[in-house]
Amino acid sequence: MSDLTTKTAAEIAALVAGGETSAVEVTQAHLDRIAAVDDQVHAFLHVDTEGALAAARAVDERRAAGEPLGPLAGVPVAVKDVLATKGVPTTVGSKILEGWRPPYDATIVERLRAAGTVMLGKTNMDEFAMGSSTEYSAYGPTRNPWDLNRIPGGSGGGSSAALAAYEAPLAIGSDTGGSIRQPGAVTGTVGAKPTYGGTSRYGLVAFSSSLDTPGPCARTVLDAALLHEAIGGHDPRDSTSIPQPVPDVVAAAKLGATGDLTGVKLGIVTEFAGEGAEPGVLAVFREAVDALTKLGAEIVEVSCPHFTYALPAYYLIAPSECSSNLARFDGVRFGLRVGDDGSRSLEEVMSLTREAGFGPEVKRRIMLGTYALSSGYYDAYYGQAQKVRTLITRDFTAAFEQVDALISPTTPFVAFPIGARTSDPYQMYLADLFTIPTNLYGGPGISVPCGLSDGLPVGLQVMAPTMADDRMYRVAAALESAVGTFTPPAL
Amino acid sequence: MTTTLPSYDDVVARYEPVIGLETHVELGTRTKMFCGCPTDFGGEPNTRVCPVCLGLPGSLPVVNKAAVEATIRIGLALNCSIADWCRFARKNYFYPDMPKNFQISQYDEPLCVDGYLDVEVNGETVRIGIERVHMEEDTGKTLHVGGATGRIHGATESLVDYNRAGIPLVEIVTKPIPGTGELAPEVARAYVTELRDVIRSLGVSDVRMEEGSLRCDVNTSLNLPGQEWGTRTETKNVNSLRSVERAVRSEMLRQASVLDAGGRITQETRHFQEDTGDTRPGRSKETATDYRYFPEPDLVPIAPDPAWVAELKAALPELPRVHRRRLQEQWGLSDLDMQSVLNAGAVELIEQTVAAGATPAAARKWWLGELSRRANETGVELVDVGATPEQVAELQGLVDAGKLNDKLARTVLEGVVAGEGSPTEVMTSRNLEVVSDTGALTAAVDEAIAANPDIADKIRSGKVAAAGALVGAVMKTTRGQADAKTVRELILARLGA
Ligand SMILES: [Zn+2]
Repeated sequence: MSDLTTKTAAEIAALVAGGETSAVEVTQAHLDRIAAVDDQVHAFLHVDTEGALAAARAVDERRAAGEPLGPLAGVPVAVKDVLATKGVPTTVGSKILEGWRPPYDATIVERLRAAGTVMLGKTNMDEFAMGSSTEYSAYGPTRNPWDLNRIPGGSGGGSSAALAAYEAPLAIGSDTGGSIRQPGAVTGTVGAKPTYGGTSRYGLVAFSSSLDTPGPCARTVLDAALLHEAIGGHDPRDSTSIPQPVPDVVAAAKLGATGDLTGVKLGIVTEFAGEGAEPGVLAVFREAVDALTKLGAEIVEVSCPHFTYALPAYYLIAPSECSSNLARFDGVRFGLRVGDDGSRSLEEVMSLTREAGFGPEVKRRIMLGTYALSSGYYDAYYGQAQKVRTLITRDFTAAFEQVDALISPTTPFVAFPIGARTSDPYQMYLADLFTIPTNLYGGPGISVPCGLSDGLPVGLQVMAPTMADDRMYRVAAALESAVGTFTPPAL
Repeated sequence: MTTTLPSYDDVVARYEPVIGLETHVELGTRTKMFCGCPTDFGGEPNTRVCPVCLGLPGSLPVVNKAAVEATIRIGLALNCSIADWCRFARKNYFYPDMPKNFQISQYDEPLCVDGYLDVEVNGETVRIGIERVHMEEDTGKTLHVGGATGRIHGATESLVDYNRAGIPLVEIVTKPIPGTGELAPEVARAYVTELRDVIRSLGVSDVRMEEGSLRCDVNTSLNLPGQEWGTRTETKNVNSLRSVERAVRSEMLRQASVLDAGGRITQETRHFQEDTGDTRPGRSKETATDYRYFPEPDLVPIAPDPAWVAELKAALPELPRVHRRRLQEQWGLSDLDMQSVLNAGAVELIEQTVAAGATPAAARKWWLGELSRRANETGVELVDVGATPEQVAELQGLVDAGKLNDKLARTVLEGVVAGEGSPTEVMTSRNLEVVSDTGALTAAVDEAIAANPDIADKIRSGKVAAAGALVGAVMKTTRGQADAKTVRELILARLGA
């Protein structure tokens, strides 16, 4: 393992800016690492070797010409395959988009390029971001670098595993019900879900439009904040994008890193600190709470009574939106087309394409959502779920009148063995039990490593009010300063 | 199955019709509803498209503010309340001309609700209730090749052009219109005509039925007097004002014949047949798709600032009905005369001609006379006949100045319509100006007198009326370019009569 692959993004950027190494060297080191270990990890669906080296050369040329470089110039980044990348395959982990090369870049990808980062490639994910283990990828599961027989979380398991395996110092994820935070937790990395509307969804292949939030993944809180700052902010191409500047997350992370949380009041969500989690996870979480107390934080318990309804509400809202969002995958304009041999009608071709192109979990959710939106059932399912969503938002609002931020374990259990939960969807859905409320509310949440349980990482989640993303970075960085970062066994 | 249709008089004597109209208007905004693609008519297939209007994965819609403004102005002109908060909704169904397989529309939260439009039929004012005015996006166009019907079923190939996909549409839905009796077809036509004029006066659409920028679906039902309203059918493919009237009438006749035979009306979509004037069944609504409407999560709600709405309201132009009444007064026309101006589609043309300097009487004469005749002959709308109001005013100016007589003016107009230039240019290039050189005229008069000594004698002996024949002869030699009155005076003076 090259020395360059173990550095943080902030360190790499400084080395490149100072001319101590080149962006090409950094990029090549990561490409070599991917070549060495990705057969085992399978974090990447596509490695864009040429594109990455070309981007790196451009950074080196700009530096040589004396042009100013951004704070992340020359830093490699892995991008979840849910974001459209111009000319670079974008599959969303699905057979239905196999071979599709978008004619345009997602806003976030544009901003990554503008910031001088180097896109290494596209990372594996549960098909259409529906899953919590990356086992629902149509291209095979990603494995957790901490234990290759275990899942790396999902849906963004590829991004988080790439970080844990030192294949990339930064990665982009997307979080609809926990798909950034839960993989972060089980791989011992940092994953932040920004405020909904704080990062642009333009070019993010939609799963559930009212919940999907792209965000940063990194090995340190500061790196996540730097990436957040680079990709965040208003985008006129996304109507739901908030027309306000990104909260100063970098300054907050730096402030937190001083290890002082004096005057910060944190609420433990009562509903998430009890039986819902594994004892090992709870034990590590309690130790982390003690650490936060030692840093000066005041800790109280806060009840959020409607959080227990979050999971069922989520499994009505997200499938409903997905049933509509995924209707466009019909073989007419892009991606897979099946049965177009001249003997079949257009309707049959559309139907065969969807039958062959979508995996079982995607079909399950399309059917759930189609049913929930049906005339006669709408009020009982979709309508009711929206009411629950409102109540959960009220719980958050009330909680944030008492505390600055809420904390909980990120996920109820550590990385489970591959195959352990695929036969029972509900057991799989439970992985997002603690992360889903934040999505329904629209606020930011971050998972930061807080310890190990039986040698496997446990994450602590910090949840903050909407557009107060900086608060969660401060708390997360403070905890990180106390407990340190966690390195998996060598691959 | 052929059934003999009852007579229309018989039908309206026994049944009461209820009609309703759903009108789609393509807005003339520069760009599409949810993206920056241009909206111009035509263009090579699939050239006015982008990731958004093609529904590519990851793309997102952004609302065109100009379209919202146009919709609010239409709503205000139709006396609607403007919602202070409303949302878009997704209408889900699979069809290849729908890039996303859902249409962004409005469902239970339309932008404008509960208005009315007054229309005149046979001198009576009928108030048509407006249920709602909402925004949506147009679909692409599909061409099905190889099937017998041109429909999707049985086609061997389907071609799709997405240039139209995402063009802003406004849908205007009336409340059910009962109580119009035998006038139902005319009321339907009068409503669409008035609606078209209102929207045109707002300048938000060119509202051309032939080009599809104004599309109309007609709902019709029949019931026995005193009984509940009948099952309605929805007739599509109604592409002209005349067709609106014919579609209602033919559907009334068809439904009456079904009911007379003891049958029941199926709630269905029917297609108007321009050639035969009847309607044919389309897809049945009883097995209709469940559109699974839900609020569009990709778009934030629209909350028009009440101050802005008030501003738009204050700035509305005079509505056509009010405007027409004012013009009728100014022009001094009887109701009947005004009606013929309306029927000819000449209101604006005459108005503009008057504005360009002609008298109302002269303007009306040209537009309802010579130009209407030409429009009829060539089968075009009067507005497309080939002469502009400014040209007509100029032509009349030449007549008033004595440079053209009536007959010459018609010849000049012919040249104008043929694209030869302005009236003055045509007059000069065709050498049609009235001969006013007295020397040349005197010579022509002397020539005519010499050639017709008998007539000249009659005039000398006091039979002044005989001068007509000599005037005719002079006009002939001057190729009609002399002023007949001047010629006559010259002849009489020459012969001492
Ligand atoms: Zn477009």
